[in-house]
Amino acid sequence: MTGTPVLDVRNLTRVYGDGATEVRALDGVTLRVERGEYVAVTGSSGSGKSTLMNILGCLDTPTTGGCLLDGVDVGRLTDAQLALVRNRRIGFVFQEFSLIPRISAVANVELPLAYHGIKPAERRRRAMSALDLIGLADRADHEPHQLSGGQQQRVAVARALVTESALLLADEPTGNLDSHATEELLSVFDELNAAGRTIVIITHEPGVGARADRLITLFDGRIVEDSRQEPAGRHAAAA
Amino acid sequence: MSLPEIVRSAFRGIGANGPRSLLTVLGILIGVAAVILLVAVGNGSAQGGSNTLTIMGTGLTMKIAESLDDPVLAPGVRSVSPVAGTSAILTWEGAEHRSDSFMGTVPGWFTAADSPVETGAIFTADDEAQARRVVVIGRTVAEELFPGTDPVGQRVTVGGALFSVIGVLKEKRDAGDTAVAPISAVQQVLAGYGPLSAILVEAGDASPADTVEGQVSAILDTKLEPGSYRVVNASQPLETRTATARAFTTLLGAVAAVSLLVGGLGITNIMLVTVAERTREIGIRKALGAPRRVILAQFLVEATLLSVIGGGLGVAVAYLGSHFSIAGVQPVIVPGSVALVLGVSVLIGIFFGGLPAVRAAGLRPIDALRYP
Ligand SMILES: Nc1ncnc2c1ncn2[C@@H]1O[C@H](COP(=O)(O)OP(=O)(O)O)[C@@H](O)[C@H]1O
Ligand SMILES: [Mg+2]
Repeated sequence: MTGTPVLDVRNLTRVYGDGATEVRALDGVTLRVERGEYVAVTGSSGSGKSTLMNILGCLDTPTTGGCLLDGVDVGRLTDAQLALVRNRRIGFVFQEFSLIPRISAVANVELPLAYHGIKPAERRRRAMSALDLIGLADRADHEPHQLSGGQQQRVAVARALVTESALLLADEPTGNLDSHATEELLSVFDELNAAGRTIVIITHEPGVGARADRLITLFDGRIVEDSRQEPAGRHAAAA
Repeated sequence: MSLPEIVRSAFRGIGANGPRSLLTVLGILIGVAAVILLVAVGNGSAQGGSNTLTIMGTGLTMKIAESLDDPVLAPGVRSVSPVAGTSAILTWEGAEHRSDSFMGTVPGWFTAADSPVETGAIFTADDEAQARRVVVIGRTVAEELFPGTDPVGQRVTVGGALFSVIGVLKEKRDAGDTAVAPISAVQQVLAGYGPLSAILVEAGDASPADTVEGQVSAILDTKLEPGSYRVVNASQPLETRTATARAFTTLLGAVAAVSLLVGGLGITNIMLVTVAERTREIGIRKALGAPRRVILAQFLVEATLLSVIGGGLGVAVAYLGSHFSIAGVQPVIVPGSVALVLGVSVLIGIFFGGLPAVRAAGLRPIDALRYP
């Protein structure tokens, strides 16, 4: 693949705390992700997966090292520019259900568009088509507590993709889902990747990792394996 | 996001968090209404009461009394009551009572001296003109002469003449041993047409007693030897009363301020309880690309709306409440207190409602999301 990589991180470290309680969550991570790739990051619990993901998503800042997003060094951006990057370039799906309580599913999906400056009518239309894509258009008016865990996670995915950002980051999106809900969510990812989106997904489930075309393994804050693989079990790609 | 949209979103936030919003509004409402009403009660207790000068001296005559009722020279005077006082023995069916304060005066005296009747009636201008022998007696006289009997309608003998009791004065401290009759009748029967013992001058509502005292003295100086009379400013005691009332108002204000503070702490508490939830919410919004300015605006507008609604309702409740007398006092709202209290409560609401948001908006999204 050619062109600027979507992600280009060099020698990332992230240290939590100091002195006796110091934890090196990331210890020199260098990584490039090209446009259109579908990357799965695995590793045991505490190996630094979430820490890496949060830095890639501009939610956290590294202790040392830099992160280029579409060739832009995010470390040099102001607070306002960072907000813009999060809004336009990245869709983030958290491990925990991260919908805003007491507002409807469609209102949740609309939020990034509202910060994008899009008019209400257009917002509603695009949010509805995103919900349609993940198969929850009929639940648009439900509040998060009226949805199952899997449905909430899919709404979160709809919210991450509604701005049509090129990069989708998901931190153990299937962690709390049963196999059926997992399968539904993964087929959404397959479709999105087939449509050209770059996806980075964290998982510790081998079946989930197998769907990606690149598998990265973290151990104690370092990349110990980075291999391309033939994706297994996809539906959308086969179509 | 445009401002109208932020305001709409704030309204949605208020609606979505019903119970919390209600408690916040209620806290501010109670604080505001309590302060305004308490201050109004203190203020109300300071108002009312007579505003009277008493002129004493030798050589006071009916003519002089009449000269004081002068709209040009003494515009602050509302009424003038000449008083001819003497001591007299009242008898009724063998019972005898000596009063040192048997007064002849005019009907205006009852208002000027702030001595209304409890039962019966006061005498009229016509009674005075006709020198009718009617008398209004004080509580002490009534109890001494008529134990167990209604004095009104009875006839007492005073200085050999019969006077009909037409009323009994309302109890007043140190002033129960009194009888009040038309001055014409008293002069005829008892005191004679010599000098008056005093003249009561009632000042109008808008005229401070001091001003009226100046006007009255100017007139008196033209008719009397300087130094032969003195003007007792009966509003002196009133002033002490005002000072007491002022202390009372201050005390009530302090109590009210404490209640506002407690209300404020309640609001703060409600806000703090939800800090974790709000901080996480702000973390999500930041992760979705909400600019800091939009987050601040939304949460500050929300806090402001709640405080303004609470404060406005509090003022409304206070105005409604001020129509009822509280602990025997008719509250009179002090406009300044409304503005002050409204300002303070709205500031408390904005400050404590907005503070968590201001803090969270400055956090990295991940720190806001991870807020314990
Ligand atoms: N906010 C934090 N403060 C201190 N230590 C942390 C924090 N977040 C993560 N860590 C530590 O960093 C290491 C990596 O954590 P994390 O990235 O969450 O791992 P993973 O997602 O792979 O389970 C762990 O040892 C964890 O204890
Ligand atoms: Mg994790």
